Amino acid sequence: MKSGYYPRDLNMHPPAYTPGYRTSVLRSPQKAPIGFDGSPTEFTGPTFGHSLIGELDNNLILNFAQAGESAIGERIMVHGYVLDEEARPVRNTLVEFWQANAGGRYRHKKDTYLAPLDPNFGGCGRTMTDENGYFHFFTIRPGAYPWPNGKNDWRPAHIHFSVFGAAFAQRLITQMYFEGDPNIALCPIVKTIPDEDAIDRLIARLDMHNSRPHDMRAYRFDIVLRGKRSTVFENRKEGN
Amino acid sequence: MPYAPKLKESASQTAGPYVHIGCMPNTTGIHTIFDTDLGSTMITGDAKGERVNIEAVIFDGSGTPVKDAMVEIWQADANGVFPSPEDGREADPHFTGFGRQHADHDTGVFKFETIKPGAVSVDGKTYAPHVLMWIAARGINLALATRVYFDDETDANEADPFLSRIELKSRVPTLIAKRDGNTYRHEIHLQGPDETIFFDL
Ligand SMILES: [Fe+3]
Repeated sequence: MKSGYYPRDLNMHPPAYTPGYRTSVLRSPQKAPIGFDGSPTEFTGPTFGHSLIGELDNNLILNFAQAGESAIGERIMVHGYVLDEEARPVRNTLVEFWQANAGGRYRHKKDTYLAPLDPNFGGCGRTMTDENGYFHFFTIRPGAYPWPNGKNDWRPAHIHFSVFGAAFAQRLITQMYFEGDPNIALCPIVKTIPDEDAIDRLIARLDMHNSRPHDMRAYRFDIVLRGKRSTVFENRKEGN
Repeated sequence: MPYAPKLKESASQTAGPYVHIGCMPNTTGIHTIFDTDLGSTMITGDAKGERVNIEAVIFDGSGTPVKDAMVEIWQADANGVFPSPEDGREADPHFTGFGRQHADHDTGVFKFETIKPGAVSVDGKTYAPHVLMWIAARGINLALATRVYFDDETDANEADPFLSRIELKSRVPTLIAKRDGNTYRHEIHLQGPDETIFFDL
């Protein structure tokens, strides 16, 4: 069957127990995770066809808006590549994203922040990477928001991402931040990541080359999933 | 210097309290963006095999059910084939193998309506019927992966190459769901003496 995946470098990820992020205290396993070589269960995963994606699924500016209207906020395009650790494209994989509106408010009954809901903004979207692993979507820049943790903790502006990859071994949920945001360095959730460079790789760069004049600026954000071992098994060629 | 891959894996961050907005918006009252929520239906037609439910509750370190998680499962079909091009064999066309659910608001129970997976035989090894369970939630920095096995598969579980490699045998029962009619019930404990086995995939 399949070859496996590179072992996960846990030094690049937040540990489970991060008391600065209080909710992790009661939700962190205390025993070490059991490592193993994987099996067909982890070396496979769900795949979704491009037909899943509706016309406006990658456009949060319009996908919840009334006809002729659009979401309030700074119009941006977020784009980049989903790659594996050997810089190979992760093709035709589903990327989901969700975020607060321009004022920092989520469309969710549990979010009671003072900032108002935007009647034209839902806050979720999805897209598939193409043959080169490339994806893009349109949205508004989310606002920072306060959250109950310390006495005065604010999340930097961020977009949540969920990526499938070719197998469950590559499945990842993460968050994207924006270059230049001073709240990144203050955030207890960002600070769960022990490695400065790993934090830096979650910060999207302003990309003026791909910005659309008189319309929207672009931010570049690449996502890296675990690398697949290149061992070839049996008589089936690897689809690198 | 030993070889290092060209790139490093992106760091995980918690899915946060609003993961359902992105992954199952229809359950949060956002109905006009996606027709249906991904993973809400695993059986899409006349799928082969026994129809069963898997019901699980996740408990935090205080014994309180975790109600704001998103839980995914991934499993083989009744013949032990994964509906994935990576499997290379032909899977049941009426079964997706992938489920995604949220907890019941009152009880914290996650319920999957699925097919009992077959044993998976690959490369001369046979794995007992099981389901991969993947948990993302506020307060969980890197999604937790575990497995669910079935208590009416004693012999298969005994012979499972994966279960038999777990050194601390007293922890193996944390991976085994109990059958009750057509439902397998399972508890996940994030901490404590019954802490579930989680895997570094
Ligand atoms: Fe958030």
